[in-house]
Amino acid sequence: MRLISLIETITSLLLILLAILAVSSKKMITSIIYLSFLSMLAVLSFAIMKAPDVAVTEAVIGSGLVTAVFLFTLLSMKKAGDE
Amino acid sequence: MIQYVSIVLMLIGIYGLLIDRNIIKIIVALNIFEVGLNIFIVSVGFVSGGVAPILTSVNSNSALIYVDPLPQALVLTSIVIGLGTTALALAIARKMYNAYNSLDLDEIGGMDND
Amino acid sequence: MKRIAVIILLGVLGFFIFSGIYSNEAFTEFGNVDLNNRVSNKFITKSVTDENDIVEFGKSSNLETGSANYVTSIVVNYRSFDTLGEVTVLFISSLGVALLLGTLGGKLTHKYRANFILRVGAKTIFPLIALTGIYIFIHGHLTPGGGFPGGSMIASAVLLLYLADENFRAKMSSFKLAESFAGSLYVLIGIFGLLTSGYFLNNFMNTGVIGDLFSAGIIPIVYVLVGLKVGSELTGIITDFLKVEVDE
Repeated sequence: MRLISLIETITSLLLILLAILAVSSKKMITSIIYLSFLSMLAVLSFAIMKAPDVAVTEAVIGSGLVTAVFLFTLLSMKKAGDE
Repeated sequence: MIQYVSIVLMLIGIYGLLIDRNIIKIIVALNIFEVGLNIFIVSVGFVSGGVAPILTSVNSNSALIYVDPLPQALVLTSIVIGLGTTALALAIARKMYNAYNSLDLDEIGGMDND
Repeated sequence: MKRIAVIILLGVLGFFIFSGIYSNEAFTEFGNVDLNNRVSNKFITKSVTDENDIVEFGKSSNLETGSANYVTSIVVNYRSFDTLGEVTVLFISSLGVALLLGTLGGKLTHKYRANFILRVGAKTIFPLIALTGIYIFIHGHLTPGGGFPGGSMIASAVLLLYLADENFRAKMSSFKLAESFAGSLYVLIGIFGLLTSGYFLNNFMNTGVIGDLFSAGIIPIVYVLVGLKVGSELTGIITDFLKVEVDE
C-alpha cells in the first residue's frame, strides 16, 4: 500500500514536469518525445487507478500511434526539427 | 493527489494553446489537455480498496467492491477519438506547410496581410 | 507581457475550477465513491432490466449481458449505440485525412534505409503482433482490451512493415473492403435486434455462462467487427501520412 502511494507521488510529479517540458521546449521533435513519455506515465496512472482496459488502449494509441503520426508529419517537412 | 495533478495538466495544456505560435506545438498542447482530461474522468470513478472491474476466477463475485466501470468505458472511446482528431489536425497542418512553407502562425498571418 | 497575462488568466481559471469542483457537495472526494448511489451498481449486478442479486464467475448464466469484463458490457451492450457513433466519427476523420493528403500522389518513399536487424526482425515479429491484436479483440469480453486496442495493434504491425521495407505497400483495397464489411454488419446486427426484440442493438442471442469463450451473445461478434473496422481505418490513416509529395 505504501509502495503504491510512493509510485503515485512520483508519477504525479513526473507528469507535471514532463507537461511543462513538452510545452516549453524549443524544438518540435523534443516536444513530441516528451508527449510520448507523458502518455506512458498516464498509462501508469491509469493502472494505479485500476483501469486496465484504458491502460492498454492508451499504451497502444497514446504512446505508439500518436507519436508515429507526429513523426511522419515532421519527416514530410523539409526543415524538420528546428524552431 | 492524482486528481489535482490532472487539473494542473489541463491548465498547462491551455497555457500551451495560448502561448505557442507553432502549429505542431499547439497540437501537442491539445494532446496534453486531453491526457489530463482522461485522467480526471477516470479518477472520478476510483474507489480506494476496490478491484478492477473484471470478473475473474479470483474476484469471482459481484458483491466485492469494484471500481466504477462507467467512466472507464467513456475514456476508452475518448482515446481513440483523440487519435482521429490529432491525425486530422496534423493533415491540415501539413497542407498549411505546403501552401505557406512555414509552421508559424504569425508568419502565415503576415503573408495574408501583405 | 503576454505570458504574464496568460498566467494570471490561468490562475483565475484554476481557482474557479478547484473551488467549483471541491466545494460542491454532489462531488465525492477521490477514492470515497459509494457505488450504491450510482447507476454503475446496476451494471455490476447486471440488473438494468431484470432484477438480479449476485453474479458469480463460471456459475451464473442467461443474464441480460454475459460479459465478465464490465467495461466491455457497457461499451458494446448497454451503450452500444454510443460506440456505433464513435466508430462513425473515426471513419469520418480517416476520410478527412484521405481527402486532405490523398491528392499528394501515391508514391511512398522513405528518406532513410532500414538496417539489417529491423528488416529481418520485422518479418518475424509481424505475425506475433497481429496475433496478439486478434487475441485481444476475440477475448474482449473476458480480459482487458477489446476491439479498440486490438485494432490499433494490427495497425501498428502494419506500421512496422512500412518502417522495415521501403517497397512495402499495404493492399488498401482489401482493408477498405474489411472496413465497409464490418461497419455494415454492425448496423445489420443492430437492425436484426430491432426486428426480433424491439430494441436497436439488443442482445438477442443466448448469453451463456459467464467466463466461457463462447458466451455473452452478440458482444464478441460486435467487438471483433469493431476491431476489424478500427484496424483498417488506422492503417488507412498511417498509409496516408506516409505519402510524400511526388513533385511540386
